[in-house]
Amino acid sequence: MSSIAETFRRLQANGEKAFIPFLTAGDPSIEITEQLILELDRIGADIIEIGIPYSDPLADGPTIQEAALRALNAGVRMPHVLEMVRRLRPQVKASLVLFTYANPVFQWGVERFFETAREIGADGVIIPDLPLEESQEALAAAARNGVDLVPLVAPTSQQRISKLCAQGQGFIYCVAALGVTGVRETVNEDLPQIVANVKQHTDLPVAVGFGVGSPEQAEIIGRYADGVIVGSALVKRVAPIADALAAGDLELLEAKKRELVEFAASLKAPLRQSRAGV
Amino acid sequence: MSTTTPDQRGRFGNFGGKFVPETLMNALEQLERDYETYTKDPEFIAQLRYYLNVYSGRPTSLYYAKNLTEQLGGAKIYLKREDLNHTGAHKINNCLGQGLLAKMTGKKRVIAETGAGQHGVATATVSALLGLECTVFMGEEDIERQKLNVFRMKLMGAEVVPAKSGTRTLKDATNEAIRHWVEHVEDTFYIIGSVVGPHPYPMIVRDFQRIIGDETREQILELEGRLPDTIVACVGGGSNAMGIFYPFVNDESVKLIGVEAAGKGIDTEEHAATITLGRPGIIHGSLTYLLQDEYGQVQPAHSISAGLDYPGIGPEHAHLAETKRATYLPITDDEALDAFQMLSRVEGIIPALESSHAIAQVVKLAPTLPKDHIIVVSLSGRGDKDVHSVAQALGGIDV
Repeated sequence: MSSIAETFRRLQANGEKAFIPFLTAGDPSIEITEQLILELDRIGADIIEIGIPYSDPLADGPTIQEAALRALNAGVRMPHVLEMVRRLRPQVKASLVLFTYANPVFQWGVERFFETAREIGADGVIIPDLPLEESQEALAAAARNGVDLVPLVAPTSQQRISKLCAQGQGFIYCVAALGVTGVRETVNEDLPQIVANVKQHTDLPVAVGFGVGSPEQAEIIGRYADGVIVGSALVKRVAPIADALAAGDLELLEAKKRELVEFAASLKAPLRQSRAGV
Repeated sequence: MSTTTPDQRGRFGNFGGKFVPETLMNALEQLERDYETYTKDPEFIAQLRYYLNVYSGRPTSLYYAKNLTEQLGGAKIYLKREDLNHTGAHKINNCLGQGLLAKMTGKKRVIAETGAGQHGVATATVSALLGLECTVFMGEEDIERQKLNVFRMKLMGAEVVPAKSGTRTLKDATNEAIRHWVEHVEDTFYIIGSVVGPHPYPMIVRDFQRIIGDETREQILELEGRLPDTIVACVGGGSNAMGIFYPFVNDESVKLIGVEAAGKGIDTEEHAATITLGRPGIIHGSLTYLLQDEYGQVQPAHSISAGLDYPGIGPEHAHLAETKRATYLPITDDEALDAFQMLSRVEGIIPALESSHAIAQVVKLAPTLPKDHIIVVSLSGRGDKDVHSVAQALGGIDV
């Protein structure tokens, strides 16, 4: 059983839902990302998505675009991120998932990328611009290396859902809203139906992301999904950390880090007890 | 023989495909089906033909550039006058096709990306014609370089949204258009302006642009009784080049030359010579040649011509380059500027800066060839939009 499957099984046994935070690696520095991931693990993050910064992040809204730009401007490239994951692996309980666009994987070499992922102890990979039709090589490489290639299911997937689920590994990443990543005020009303629809096609856990930004939203989604993914709402709280670092204000930097971690903890809290069936 | 029809996965040989977020996959599949259906529909074909002829003024002439031929003293040079189209460039051929497709499939709203503004203008034009709501994404830097085109788009009722991310040029305008499309995919038709993007776009745009080559073939047979020896066209994304190349791909005697923007030179960091200096990678949903660093980060392109200022290239061009069916050569900003002035002076035709790259290649090539060698150049657009930036580049001219 993969580490991700193990994580969901443990949560299910405890009546909990997965809290899955996302951070862009190297925003604003590898060192700070590393500290934040340790803190996220400490406050109970179950799976941590680590974004590999990319120059042209098509699926991301302005918040994560800016984060990627901060990391790239700091000189962060693939090898730095992979080395960070290698260092973190023995120190964290959470499953670690690499979030990357297709081109960096392609340039690293698809087979080599999944070998490296296994070797550094990454548990899963998400590639938002690699739809199923282009995934065969990656799926095979992932399977050979025991790393889960997590598929995305969108509100527009409709009749595609069954084949997406059939090839799924780890969990199903259910995209909550049309559009790119970014916080939205309200949760898509059709979301419970979409999740229910996905669950008809798979026994894999279903986690919901895109647009989730508050403990209230996490609580609502936790009623029907197995996990809640929060990206932009957290990354938005990295921006002041970056500003503090740039200003050399270490006190402010620590304060902003604590704010982020407290916010993350507030997202995990409503997921600790299952509301399903209540 | 080169295979030039994409396979079921939308691949031209090793290139192409659909590297997009899952949210768009359904829309692309639907677009493939609609395209199949409507392009076989006599009503669609008749309407497109009508607008191309009566609205845009096709067929465009194939003009024997006698003065240029004599001045260069070698091969016989013909210009395929796409600059004579309504809106001043070949872009309208594709926009009429995709605009009609949008209209017939019941979409009320279209979006487009634009570099030089030619595709944006053509999309705004067709939207006004067909009663579609239109939003154009344009890099902030290009908005500055191409003020006249921005004004034209607004005049025709389009909204122009500045792309402020990344290099603030065509690449980023395309990113923004795709991001917008992901959010509005249910009611919005994305009119891509070049033979780039995920399948089926490279095929669709090529098919709507092949009229350039189809007409050229007919016209040259009438004028010369034979096919040309060489066809030259500039390549950014590569739609005018693909349009004129495509009907000749299986005629091995016809040499195909695509001209890339070398910017300040291929030995500098500031160029857009994708085939010359790039390697296979993924951009805007397609696997193709790409300017990138060793880790796959897209590198900024540079060209004096906003329409060629693009770090990728259409996947079918990547295939034609890999199979050596076509040759891709770099032309610098300075060479293009010289050609811009030369054609203006010698023929009284002011070419677009994009097309000036193709002319510059002909200026190099023609003198080395015999007088019975026939070259056809795709004069993809007119240069009025560039007069301001050329005046600035040449210096000392106050416009």
